[in-house]
Amino acid sequence: MDTRFGLDRRVTLAGDFALAGGGVLPELTIAYETYGTLNANRSNAILVCHALTGDQYLASTHPITGKPGWWTRLVGPGKPVDPEHWFVICANVLGGCMGSTGPSSIDPRDGRAFAMRFPVITLSDMVAAQARLLDHLGIDCLAAVIGGSMGGMQALTWAVNHPARVKKVVAIATAARHSAQNIAFHEVGRQAIMADPNWAGGTYAPGKPPAAGLAVARMAAHITYLSEEGLTEKFGRRLQNRDTVSFGFDADFQVESYLRHQGLSFVERFDANSYLYITRAMDYFDLAEAHDGNLARAFAGVQARFCLVSFTSDWLYPTAESRRIVRALNAAGAPVSFVELESPFGHDAFLLDAPEMNRVVNGFLTA
Amino acid sequence: MTPPGITPIPLRPDLAAVAAAVPEGARVLDIGCGDGQLLAWLRDTKGVEGRGIELDAGDVAAAVGRGLAVVQGDADTDLGDYADDAFDVVILSNTLQAMQRPAEVLAQLVRIGRSAVVSFPNFGHWRVRLSLALGGRMPVTRSLPVSWHETPNIHFCTIADFEALADQMRLTVQSRTGLAAGQPVTLWPNLLADTGVFVLSR
Repeated sequence: MDTRFGLDRRVTLAGDFALAGGGVLPELTIAYETYGTLNANRSNAILVCHALTGDQYLASTHPITGKPGWWTRLVGPGKPVDPEHWFVICANVLGGCMGSTGPSSIDPRDGRAFAMRFPVITLSDMVAAQARLLDHLGIDCLAAVIGGSMGGMQALTWAVNHPARVKKVVAIATAARHSAQNIAFHEVGRQAIMADPNWAGGTYAPGKPPAAGLAVARMAAHITYLSEEGLTEKFGRRLQNRDTVSFGFDADFQVESYLRHQGLSFVERFDANSYLYITRAMDYFDLAEAHDGNLARAFAGVQARFCLVSFTSDWLYPTAESRRIVRALNAAGAPVSFVELESPFGHDAFLLDAPEMNRVVNGFLTA
Repeated sequence: MTPPGITPIPLRPDLAAVAAAVPEGARVLDIGCGDGQLLAWLRDTKGVEGRGIELDAGDVAAAVGRGLAVVQGDADTDLGDYADDAFDVVILSNTLQAMQRPAEVLAQLVRIGRSAVVSFPNFGHWRVRLSLALGGRMPVTRSLPVSWHETPNIHFCTIADFEALADQMRLTVQSRTGLAAGQPVTLWPNLLADTGVFVLSR
């Protein structure tokens, strides 16, 4: 049994890890899981990249929440990404808080947590860290990289930064850049965290996090993951455990109660400084930036085939952003498939039951 | 290419006529490719490198499921995204009549592709003429099976009309075929053919 493979793995790779923004980490720890078996010629590896608040518990029970893996609708027995056939890898991103090096990690140079001394990271850095993990696992080339939302941004970055290491890219509900509106919502979340006195310049003790600020950040962000139609359908103006409004500031409405619950439960499993750093990395993301805003040129050297999926009610990373990627890939001559699927559930649709998405991904992977 | 021993599913006769105009190993864009039947056939039997555009999400899913590179999109608006001469052959089969601006689409076809294969239902077919002349009703025929109020087809033309448009646009007609029930007709195609298949270039 190779100890590099399996659930709940962690590896520390010694040596400096240089970052796109100029910072250097003295070592790199990556927490990850693998599912299935790597075949003899190492050609069946699929990397699944998680979104902003996701983690490596892709298809196994989450150690804190006890909930099933976050993408068991796509990954698992009988699903398009079936560990019976594929060797599936999912790693906690650089900057995360589930075991990979991040702001809550201890800086080995002085034995204290990095906190805000952690260097600002980018999506490219996250991908570079994953590439180091693949080196460690002995995988030269991925059969596919799959991701939704920020995971899709990583998948696209993989194809651009490591063209020879990726055969197929599945990028779902994502974009090739963060828009002004995307940045704006993230800034609201960051300011909520930093306005919480417990944040203390990022030096909070593990038992005394800026819970109120982080919860508000999550509440604001969560609205962007849903749609007006979805919210109306799910909650409408219905009241929470009462017949009339209280003429006070309790969570009178079900939607308020729901958001408060989302905020509070998020605090249990996520680190506030990680939230600052990862949202910053997303805001800095613009694949075309290094090519004078010309996305087609960013894709000029890609070797992968691409499959993009968007959802009609996703206003966080709307279909127009996927189409922009498709146009650029076409202009670059890269084989690309794209479909916009009907869904009332907003951005979150990619994590919910989406039989057509599964059909597309399955067809794309097996073809 | 199809491995030996596997016979590809036979094509619909009108698609077979279109496929006949596609050389081996060509780079092909099929606009309005549906579930990708023609593209898959061309890939498996002629080794073409195919791409598709299709409006219907379910058809795109089916085509991607066949391993094809198909983008959900609208030929009326999306063709401008493709580079000049990006393909050897651009196919528009049984779709022209559903376009908002057929002439603009034709101009895009011959810009994107070195040649364009266009097939369309011939509104000059005798059944159509008969239906209008004697019945006084819009025709519902084998190649035009949907009633006027439900049809996506908004720009009907006859083979002669198409010929005139190609002439007006100064396009080179490399070949023209009239089909009746899938079989080529040489006599009076504008009267006897239910489908026209043209190969055009700039």
